Formats: sequence, C-alpha cells, structure tokens
Amino acid sequence: MTGIWSAVLVLSITGAIFALVLYFVAQKFKVVEDPLIDEIAEVLPGANCGGCGKAGCRAMAEAFVKQGNMEGLKCPAGGDEVAKKVAALLGCTPEESEPQVAVVRCNGSCSNAKAKSNYDGLQDCAFANSLYSGESGCMFGCLGLGNCTRACQFDALTMDKETGLPIVDEEKCVACGACVKACPRGIIELRNKGMKNRRVYVACRNKEKGADARKSCTAACIGCGKCAKTCPFGAITVENNVAYIDYKVCKLCRKCVAECPTGAIHAVNFPPKPAPAPPPAAATAEPTATTPATETNNNQ
Amino acid sequence: MKTFAMGGVHPEENKISTTAVIEEFPLPETAVILMNQHLGAPATPCVAKGDTVKVGQLIGKAEAFMCANVHSPFSGTVQKIDTCKDAFGLAKPAIYIKVEGDEWEESIDRSPDIKRECDLEPKQIVDKLKEMGVVGLGGATFPTHIKYSIAPDKKAEYLIINAVECEPYLTSDHRVMMEHAEEICIGVSILRKALGVPNAYIGIENNKPEPIAVMKAMAAKFQGIIVEPLKVKYPQGAEKQLINAITGRRVPSGKLPIDVGCVVSNVGTAYAVYEAIQKNKPLMENILTVTGKKLDKQHNYHVRFGTTYNDIIAHSMGSLPETTGKVISGGPMMGKAVSNLDAPTTKGASSVLVIDESEATRAEESNCIRCGKCMHACPMGLEPYLFSSLVKNGRIEEAGAHNILDCIECGCCFFSCPANKPLLDEIRLGKNLYRGILMAKKK
Repeated sequence: MTGIWSAVLVLSITGAIFALVLYFVAQKFKVVEDPLIDEIAEVLPGANCGGCGKAGCRAMAEAFVKQGNMEGLKCPAGGDEVAKKVAALLGCTPEESEPQVAVVRCNGSCSNAKAKSNYDGLQDCAFANSLYSGESGCMFGCLGLGNCTRACQFDALTMDKETGLPIVDEEKCVACGACVKACPRGIIELRNKGMKNRRVYVACRNKEKGADARKSCTAACIGCGKCAKTCPFGAITVENNVAYIDYKVCKLCRKCVAECPTGAIHAVNFPPKPAPAPPPAAATAEPTATTPATETNNNQ
Repeated sequence: MKTFAMGGVHPEENKISTTAVIEEFPLPETAVILMNQHLGAPATPCVAKGDTVKVGQLIGKAEAFMCANVHSPFSGTVQKIDTCKDAFGLAKPAIYIKVEGDEWEESIDRSPDIKRECDLEPKQIVDKLKEMGVVGLGGATFPTHIKYSIAPDKKAEYLIINAVECEPYLTSDHRVMMEHAEEICIGVSILRKALGVPNAYIGIENNKPEPIAVMKAMAAKFQGIIVEPLKVKYPQGAEKQLINAITGRRVPSGKLPIDVGCVVSNVGTAYAVYEAIQKNKPLMENILTVTGKKLDKQHNYHVRFGTTYNDIIAHSMGSLPETTGKVISGGPMMGKAVSNLDAPTTKGASSVLVIDESEATRAEESNCIRCGKCMHACPMGLEPYLFSSLVKNGRIEEAGAHNILDCIECGCCFFSCPANKPLLDEIRLGKNLYRGILMAKKK
C-alpha cells in the first residue's frame, strides 16, 4: 500500500511544481492579440491573392489593426463592400476608390501578328521572353503562353484559342494585380473600370519605329501621334513611338479611335456605332491599314 | 585514354562536313555589323553616317570593361547607325554598311607567308588582343584579353586548347586544324607566352584521327605543346569538363578555371590570335559550317561577320529544303534556333545547321518516373528532375540552394530523359529567376 501512496505523493508534488512553472512561463511570454484581428480576417475574402501587397489576408488584417485606419491599405479583391465592413469594425470611414480591372494592351492576335516562327519549348512566357522576340517577331507583344492565366486566383483570365491573347472576364476580375506581375512584358495594366464599364486604351506597347512595328504586327501603334493631336483633353501622350491614354484624364469621347490608322486604340463596352460610321473611318485610314475601325469595338 | 569523370552522353555524331575544304564566302551587297557580338556591354560606334570604311577599320570602340572592339569586315560606306534585329528577333545597336570593293587597311599583312617569330612581351600581347577585338570563338564570345589578364593573386599553371568539338555536326575546328595547323601552333605559343606557363595541352576527341595526326606532327616542331587525344563523350568541350579530362582537377562550384590554375581557349581562338598578333588582322571573320542531312552539299566557309543568314543560305543551297524544321546557329545540343534569318552573323556564330522537320519537333511529354537518368547524365553532378519540380512550383531559392547556377546548360538531361520533359528549359528559367532574386538581394 505504501508504494501506491508514495507514487501518488511524488506525482502530485511534481505535477504541482510543473503547473507553477507553466503558469509563470505563460505569464511571462503571454502574447496579447487584439481580437479585432480575427474579426477583420473573417471579413476579408480569404483568397490570399497578395493583391494588397501583404503576404495574405491575415497579414492584411494585422496591418489594418496596427494602423488603426484604412489609409493606404486596400483590399482589391474585396472591393468597396469589404472596405465598408472593415471600416465599420475599425470605426473609421472607408476610402472611396474607383474600381479597377485588368486590361490587356496587346492586339497581336494570330491574324494581326502572323507567326513567322514556331515555338515548341517550355510553355512559359518568362522563359520564352528570355530566349527570343516571339513567334510574330514583336519584342513587346503577348507571347501567348499563359503565365497571366496561371497567376490569376479568381479564374478571370483565359487564353483565347483563336486570337492567342488572354481575355479578361470583367465580372470575375478583382484587379489584384497578380497578372500584371506575372507578365514578363508588362502588357497587362490595371485601369479604372470607367463609366458604365467603358474604356478606351491603346492595345499596343511596341516601342519600335512605325515601319518596324508594322513588320511584325498590322495592329501595332506606329507612334504617328494623330490620336494625341485629336484628343481634346490632352489625355494621350506619345513616348518612344507608342501612345498611352491616361485613364484618369480620358473622357471616353472616342475621337482617337476613329483617327488611329492601325486600329491600335480599343474602345470597349460602347454601344455599336450607327451604320454610316465605318466608310469615312476606312477612307481616312492609311492605305496599308488592314483593320477596319469597326473591329476596334470588339470586347478586348 | 582520358575523359571527364562524371556524367555525359553520346549523341549521334553526324560529322558529315569534315571533308569540305574551307571556302571563301563571297562579299554581300550590304552588311549589318552588330555592336554586341561578345559577352558584355555593346561597343560604341566610332564612325558616322556617310563615312567610308576599310576592311579592318575600327568601327565600334570598347568603352566598358567587359567589352571588345568591333572592326569593319567590309569596305564601303556607312549607311546608317541604328538598331538591327539579331538572330532571335531582339533589337541591338548596329552599323549598316554598303559594301563597295574590298579595300583593306594597309597595316594588315595579307601575304600567305607564315610569320613565326613573335617578340612581344606578355603585356603587349594582351593589349594587342584587346585592340584587335579578339573574343573566344568556342561559343561564349568571352573577350580574350580579359581572360588572359590574370589577377595578381591567381596563377596560371595550364593552358588548355579546346579542339574537342564535341557538338554533333560541327566541323569548323576540324577543318581549321587540317588546314592551318602551323598557324594554330604559333597562336598557342603566343598564348603560352602571354600566360607564362610551361606547357599547353590541345585536347582533341579521338573521333578526329586526321586532325590528331596533323596536330601531333606539327606540335612536335614546337616547344611545350602537347596534343592530348580524348575519349569521345559529350560535353567534353565544356570548359570545366575539359579541365577535368586533361588535368583531373575539378573547378569548385561558383569558381572559375583560373581558380584551379587553368586557362581554356578554343582552337579557333588560337588561330584568331595568330592572325591578330602576327598579321595585324582584327577578328572579323570566322569559319562557319553549313551542314544538314538533307543538303546536297556540305560546306565550311570563311564568313566575314555581318553577312546575313539568308545570304549564307542563298549562296550555299539556293533555298532551304522544303522539309526544313529548324535552322540552328551552333550545334544541335547547345545552339539556338534562329528565328530571324535576316539577321547578320556575329563573332560567336560557328555554324548554320539545317535540321529536318522529322528531327526538329519535340516528342510528347509524359510524367517523371524518377528513373534518375538525368542525374546520371549530368556532367556537373546536379539533379535536373529536382530543379524541374522546384521551378515549376516556384521554389526558386531552394533550387538555388541545390546549386542550380552550376548548370552549364549542356542539355544532357533533356537528351537522356525518357519522359521527354523539357528539363533544360525549366532549369534555364530557374537560373534566370534565381539570378533575379540574387540581384534584388544585392540592392
């Protein structure tokens, strides 16, 4: 019998000692975490897309709580809806921001930029970019191997088999910017969604001289500057032989679209133009232009 | 017979142009001289539009450290200084020349006599190599004067001349040894003097018995030149493998050959050194193999660089055979497919290789079964299958920790893979990404 009692006694004493040690250690190394972090993390989309620039949604929630307000922090995937919820939890007013969408600035489709060589190596844009200019010979155009579609966590990008270019699903795109980072040629840009989802942009990044650019792609921007002269708002700049439309200044008047001789300027989500529009547009176009102005109404 | 210790493969040799004597390639009408024909920064053009230039005149000056002078291979008028798309479609600074006649700089000795004596000091030799724009002709186009400017804390013990030519199809080194053995040996003696080493070893694979015999007979007349026949195995012509084969030494990871006391130069470079030092002739042409199984006639040409690939194709075969799948500059293992045939050739070009459609396409890829053939084939002792999956999953730093940068891109892994996985492509991508990470860390 004494054996049992001594065992009980020894275990009880050691148990009590360990309990004390554990208690003091727990007190000493206690991590106080704001319960607000958990609440905010709950509200965030939880996709861990990295669009905010943080490692994931939890890190973003911590950043919100640490800062105490929403200045400079934005969850692009959640949009205004999530921003309102986070603001309510933090007790501040949400920053109003224009919703954005990814825009593919290349029109080097299989028909516009005819393939002059075939590529059968690793199906990865970054690798192909390190090797050569691309099948059409354009050093700036889409390589069509789909790094952007693989980077997209929201299933918003798909490769169009016919054109060989990525298509952005405007409903699904949350403008997290993953595709922008994935594209080795910097073709994809985040632009404001614009009024009624309408946007006007230059679908080309080719910095070569006009004649050289046209050699690889019939729809290339040749840097002629007609659009910049036409624009009544000064939204267009031509630098390094390529035009760029500032979406913050653009008023969507579409005068540049009709003026572009190569059809490099795209206007999306506008209602179709009235019937008599195409003939004068085609007449003003340079004789070498093969893309009629009507085609520029295509959705991306 | 010696060879390197680890890995290697035996691709089909296909040396079908070994008997084609080197011919002079006719001058084109216009030529484009790229300003970066070498490893490093592009040279700065030092002529203007409208200038007349002579053959051998300096037209691109080396201003950066890692750079080489560029000389005009043609006489004529400078049409414009602009960019030109290279063989891979990437725009590079270039000088366009309208070729008129063939007027050479007077300083260049064009007589056929062989000049044997060289009384220059080692420093003078290196300076003259720099002036003449000589670069390594084994493929990497590393400026030769930099290679032979040995840092004071390093000491060269071996000079190794790479005449292995382990790439299938290529025969330019084979032909230059058959036709210019004495010039090569003089060139090697000059390089030996520049380094101050007692012996130079010329490594030749034993599938070239004729050049071995010719070089052995010639080397016997020179002091300190040893011809070393080597057992055939690809990639014996890779610098580190050749050092291992001849000296038994191993270049440690991340180190250079000079760290184990070796300097390796190509046999073509030795010939260029002879011409530059003894004949005052700058590097402005190279020997180019034009070959392919479907071609009626195989050629080896003396081509002045600036001649376009299309010029070479038009002159040597009229037009490409209909079933052509690829045109490769360099050998089939390490060369690159030319996507822009309008591009001019450069100092590094060693061949125009016409590969038939039936051999140009890749076989269908299947899954890795971890058979380890790629590991056995890798001459650097790396694990290609591991890199493949690490790179695919974005674990680039881990690939870096497994020494992905040691890969010499010889292609043995891809060659031996029964699943036809694009191992080399994935490794190259991983190397690029890892270099990017290292650069970002430095900043």
